[in-house]
Amino acid sequence: MNSLLILGIVVVPTLAFGFWHKSTRGKVRGNSHGSTPALSAEELGIAFGSRVTLVQFSSAFCSPCRATKALLSNIVEDLPDVVHIDIDAESHLELVRRLKIISTPTTLILDRHGVEIARAVGAPKRDQVLASLAAIL
Amino acid sequence: MTFTSATSTAVSTQSPILIDARGPRFGAAITSVLLATALLAHSPLVVAISLVFFFIGALRGPQFTPQGLIFKKFVKPRLKSETTLEDVRPPRFAQQVGLAFTAVALVAGIASWSALFSVAVGLCLAAALLNAVFNFCLGCEIYLLIARLR
Repeated sequence: MNSLLILGIVVVPTLAFGFWHKSTRGKVRGNSHGSTPALSAEELGIAFGSRVTLVQFSSAFCSPCRATKALLSNIVEDLPDVVHIDIDAESHLELVRRLKIISTPTTLILDRHGVEIARAVGAPKRDQVLASLAAIL
Repeated sequence: MTFTSATSTAVSTQSPILIDARGPRFGAAITSVLLATALLAHSPLVVAISLVFFFIGALRGPQFTPQGLIFKKFVKPRLKSETTLEDVRPPRFAQQVGLAFTAVALVAGIASWSALFSVAVGLCLAAALLNAVFNFCLGCEIYLLIARLR
């Protein structure tokens, strides 16, 4: 096969995927899987926030996880009824499978009962998190 | 002074080695050019050069690869944007993945398995391009998937 054609077969879909991927990362999406608690406070080893808990899954080979952790812990500083916890995905693989977490960082937004209200795959922006919290609180 | 046993918390809060986040991205641009050349020329020699670069990056970190050294010496002093630091482990993981793919490509190239050569170089080029153009984090997307297989 013509090698220029092979190069095109690699480059064009890669760029298309890259644009699509970038546009989906960090978006906070609402959850429509019902109202069963996704997690219990015992599983997390911490008490849930009185209104909202942000459960972030991170891994060691993930640069945006650090930024996400810094952003979320900064946001909850001013919100006494919201708690943020950062979980190492690799050491909680059972949880990762059950919650269908595929990549890191993934942040679940839980209500006070542990029901997943929304999740963000990828590093969310401050505005996106604040907007989704404002809709819940 | 007594030492308590290391807990998982203690491990994760250990300060990691930090490097300029723009370095690996610049390196990925050079890697993309190299791999595109390898694909166009169907050249195992160019793949071998990339493999050596990935080997250094996988073993010691991307800041020690030729691309990393070029970045430090010639590119970084000319950049005006703010330096953001990142943990060396994510880009180093990407270098390890690159090493695996170029190793397959090199064997395929030497054995004249043309299709496998193109697929392996093509996938490696796709990852390098995503890194260079979109700052794609390979470790974020595939590490957990690999870990989930266990």
